[in-house]
Parts: sequence; structure tokens; C-alpha cells
Amino acid sequence: MDFLAIIQLLDSSLRLSTPLLLACLAGLFSERAGIFDIGLEGKMLAAAFSAGAVSAVSGSAVVGMLAGIGVSVLLALLHGLASITLRGNQLISGVAINFLASGLSALVGQNWFNQGGRTPQLSGNQRFSDITLPFADSLASVPIIGPIYSELISGHNILVYTALLAVPATWWVLFRTRFGLRLRAVGENPGAVDTAGVSVTLQRYWAVMICGVLCGLAGSYLSLGTSAAGFVRDMSAGKGFIALAALIFAKWQPRPALFASLLFGLLEAIGNKYQDLDFFGIFTVPVQFMQALPYILTVVILAGFVGKAIPPRAGGQPYVKER
Amino acid sequence: MNDKLPKWVDVFLIPFINLVLAFLVAGLVVVFIGENPVEALRLLLSGAIWGFSGNGYGYTLFYATSFMFTGLSVAVAFHGSLFNIGGEGQAGVAGIGAVMVALWLDETHWLLVLPLALIASVLFGAAWAAIPAYLQAKRGSHIVITTIMFNFIASALLVYMLVNVLKVPGRMAPETRTFGEGAHLPQIQDMAAWFGLEITASPMNISFFLALLCCWLVWVLIWRTKLGYEIRAFGKSQPAAVYAGISPVRITMIAMLISGGLAGMMAMNTVLGEAHRLNLDAVQGAGFVGIAVALMGRSHPVGVMLAAILFGILYQGGAELAFEMPGISRDMIVVIQALVILFTGALENLVRFPIETWFARSGKGGA
Repeated sequence: MDFLAIIQLLDSSLRLSTPLLLACLAGLFSERAGIFDIGLEGKMLAAAFSAGAVSAVSGSAVVGMLAGIGVSVLLALLHGLASITLRGNQLISGVAINFLASGLSALVGQNWFNQGGRTPQLSGNQRFSDITLPFADSLASVPIIGPIYSELISGHNILVYTALLAVPATWWVLFRTRFGLRLRAVGENPGAVDTAGVSVTLQRYWAVMICGVLCGLAGSYLSLGTSAAGFVRDMSAGKGFIALAALIFAKWQPRPALFASLLFGLLEAIGNKYQDLDFFGIFTVPVQFMQALPYILTVVILAGFVGKAIPPRAGGQPYVKER
Repeated sequence: MNDKLPKWVDVFLIPFINLVLAFLVAGLVVVFIGENPVEALRLLLSGAIWGFSGNGYGYTLFYATSFMFTGLSVAVAFHGSLFNIGGEGQAGVAGIGAVMVALWLDETHWLLVLPLALIASVLFGAAWAAIPAYLQAKRGSHIVITTIMFNFIASALLVYMLVNVLKVPGRMAPETRTFGEGAHLPQIQDMAAWFGLEITASPMNISFFLALLCCWLVWVLIWRTKLGYEIRAFGKSQPAAVYAGISPVRITMIAMLISGGLAGMMAMNTVLGEAHRLNLDAVQGAGFVGIAVALMGRSHPVGVMLAAILFGILYQGGAELAFEMPGISRDMIVVIQALVILFTGALENLVRFPIETWFARSGKGGA
């Protein structure tokens, strides 16, 4: 494999990890505040559909993205209502949201556009176009650095860079602000936060709403920022769950979340690129195995072969105020 | 379950109101996409009972059979507070086991094929549940995520088996050959013929009675055996169960193996009972419907049975509805399923809290 092929593989990994990273950070906010969220998948899918549909109608990717974020936040609030206010089972709520998104996006999509649940193909301003960073063209001929800069770093759309910037931003919010301290505290020991006179309920609602915004970005990326150029039925294809696995792998920390997402993106890129791996003519790894590889490795990683991951202590438990 | 409320409120009234709410919202969805919900409901019910040629009920009960198996599967795991979302994959893999027996013995008689295929499907289903169960019990990896991953892996495995191993040579379609009469389970018209009755053909088959038997067996298991008691104790409080000498690893494994085996049994219904071959959509979301069925039926076999029949009505009626009203595709069923899970599962307290307050205030609490 030559140098350029490696660069191209990494470039495609970066593209594939973007939705994982955004969803992973979304889950990070929610789970750090003590709300388990297996509905990342559904929120992404609903956002992908809304973004695709609204962008197709309005002709603007930004308007589409805002619609995607709006729908995702609504679903996040539904999850909040179920798990914070009504103290319901957070896993069941997440499962319900996943089905709701899968069913509604296909139903409404078919009803509106009559293309088998797809939205129309998006083009021009309906999508997020790739941004060429300054000097990318002039540096392209420089050996080593040139291809890295012009192929790998430059030439992605705004959401890819947003996702990368969201990592330090998440770190700063969680570990350097009072808001972040309280958010982490309601996930570890809500009683203490309550005693200090801070509303656990409100703090947790903020967390699920941030989660909704980030899932909205992830979903918008799927329909507006990838080569799919529009919404396709069930296009999230388990990415929300892989993001959760990445979150566990990253032990609920922002910087490791970046690396975990990049790793899963790389696996997917390898699976896409090498469909039938042939080992010296002795045996062939079937394409189905390569497609299942990210899921298999998710299980392997979850099996804890990478060290113990300790979730936030109050995760999954509704908070009942003492009387 | 709850001391504050009379039993009938807990068991009947609250689930009923939740269900009504779920269907009201589903009606609003129909209004939102510009169709008439009352007309939709009428088409759905007539489709579920009569269908095209007066055999709609047979299709309804055929679907209900699959949902009973997957619903019981989720319910058994729920009693041990394990959330098995992997029914879809477990049933898919079980299909491979069932079809291999059928392809092997299709020259013989269904009385021989039935037990052997049943064993194969249970074993394959349970095996597919075993790895997530082991990882949950021993390594603490979350069973919800691992079972979902195993659904994806199962679908890849199914494609691989159908494309590379079980496909008819020279054909394009990824499916096995149609196996012979000897491995067809008797359908309802065949069974009626034993008693000299003549009824319209439908895919409802002997698996329906197997499913009813399983409902009873699960009831016996959960409420009348030591193992069932241990599963429930473990589900209620793990520390208490451990203190009582119940091994978490053992209970997690056993509950999940039973759960996977039950999910696997639905392959009998779809593969041996109806399609008579294995293709890519042998499961068709029945594994996921099982979650809604178990929640709606409150993990009790009788509830599961009734909920399965309700979802059978939705599936069969929904197919007719999609045909009559092109504006409503079959995805409506997934929406209703989601709303049922949402209202009877996650938002249960939306109804429970006000009712508890009302009962406490009117002084009838504990009556």
C-alpha cells in the first residue's frame, strides 16, 4: 500500500468518524449527567430525515440542519420527560425513540416524496460543500506534508471541523465551567447537588438538550454532508450504538472519545475499501465479515479487553427528591 | 407490584389507558399525513379479520404466533431484569438451524421433522444469546448494546450463509431451495381436514399451538419452579439474590439461554410453517415486536398472548391498509409499535402518578 492510499484511507476514516464523534459527545453529556441514552441512534436518524427533507424543500443546508437539530432536541426532551420527570426506564425510552424515528422517517418520507422512503437527491446549496483550507492547493505538491494537508486535513465540510472542535469545547465545558461541574455532579451524586440548592431536574434537562443538539448535528451530517446526498431509509445503521460503545471505550472522557471514534471510523473505512480480503490465495475473508467487522469489534471492545470502564455512578437512576 | 393501588388498577386500568393513549397518538400521526384515522382503523380491522378472501384471521394468528415466541423471549429475560433486544438476530440464526434440518429430512414426515427442527432452532437461538449473556455475566458488558451488535452480526451471517452456502447453485436469489412436503408443518386447513372440515388456506400452522403451550410453560417456569423464583429474585434485587445464594452468572446465562431459545422457536413458524425455505426476510422485525409485546403484556404469558394477537392484527391489518390507502405504508406498524413501547414502557408513570394521587386522595388506597 502506498502513501497516498494510506492518506485516502485515513481521509475516509475521518469522514466516517464524524457522525460517531458527534453522537459520542452527545452521549457523553447525557450519561455524565446520569441519563443513559440508547436513543442516540433514533435521534440521529430523525435528524437526518428532517434535515434532508427540509433542505430539499427550502434549498438551504443550514435551514435543514436547524430543522434536524430541532427534531432531535424534541426527541431528547421526550427522553427527558420519560426518564427525569416521570422516572421511567431509560433503556425502554431509548428503544422506543429508536423505533419511533425509524418508523416515522420512513412513513413520512414515503408519504411526502414517494421515493421508497428516500428524500430527493440534494445538490448545490442543499448540501454542505467541502471547504478547501487556505494554501491547500499550493501546498499539495510538497512531499509528505502536502498530501497530508491538502487531502486529509483540508477538503471536508463544516460539520467535520465542527465535530473536531466540539472535542476541546466539550472538555472545557465539562471540566472548566461551573455548569460542567454541576452536570458531572448530578451524574455521580445528585443528592449532593440537590443539597447545594441546585436543581437536579433542570441540570439533567440541560444535559439531554445538549445531547439532542449534538445528535442533530450528527444526523444532519449523514444526510447533508456525506455522499448519500439526501436521506436514505435507516441510514444511521447502528452508528448510534457504535457511538455508545466508543463512549464506553473512551471511559466517558472527551479526548479518548475522539480517538475511539476515529478507531471505529477507520474500521468502517477498511471494511468499505477491502470488500473481499484475499490472503495469498489460501482463503478469502468474505465481504459480509468485513461489513460486520465494526459490530464484532464493538463487542470485543465492550467485553472489556481494554481495561475496566466505570460509568457515572448515578447513571440510569431517576432522582427522587427527599421529603 | 404496588401497594398504593388496587390490583385491578395496576394490572388492567393503567395498561389500558396507556394503550389508548398510544393509539390516540397513532391516530394523530395518521391525521398528520393527511388520511382519515377512522377509515384507516376500519380498513385495518376488516383486513385483519377477513382479508382478501376471508382468511385474514389466519394471517393474523400466523403473525401472532411469531410475536408470542419473541414476546415470551423478551418477557423471560425481563423477569431477570435483562433487556434482550437480540430476538431479531436470535430468530434469524435459528432459521439457519431449522432450515438445515428441514432440507436434510424433507423426504420423511413432519412428525419427525418437527421435534428435530425445534431442537435445532432452540439450540441455534440460545447459542446466539449465549455470547452476550456470557459477556454480561462475566465481563459486565452491557447486554443491550451487545445484543444489538449481535443483531447486525446475525444479519451479516445470514447473508453469508444464504449467498455462499445454502443458496441454490445457479440462481441469483439469496435463498435456500424450497424443501419438500415432508418438512412442511401442517397449516390450519390441513388440520381442519383431519376433522373433516374445509376452510380457506392460510399460513397459520401448528406452531400456533406450540406457542400457546410455550405460554403455559413459561408461566409454570416463572411462577411455579425454583428456577423461576430465582430469576425473579435476581431481577428484583441482585444484591439480595446474591445474599440468598443465587449465582448471578448462572441466572443470567440460564435466563438468556431460555430467552434466545424462545426467540429461536419463531423460525418454526415462519420457515417450516409458511415460507418452506429460508430467505433474507424470515424474521421481518418480529424480534423487535417482541419488546412491545412483552412490555404491553407486562411480561405475563397471558398478557403476552393477548398483546401478540393485537400485534398480529396490526401486522395483517396494516398490510391490507397499506394496500387500500397508499398514503400509509407498512412503516405505520413500526410507529405504532414505538408508541406502544413508549406509553406502556417509558411513559407509564404519565398515567400512574395522577391515578396514584387520585386514589390516595379519595382514600381508597390499598382496598
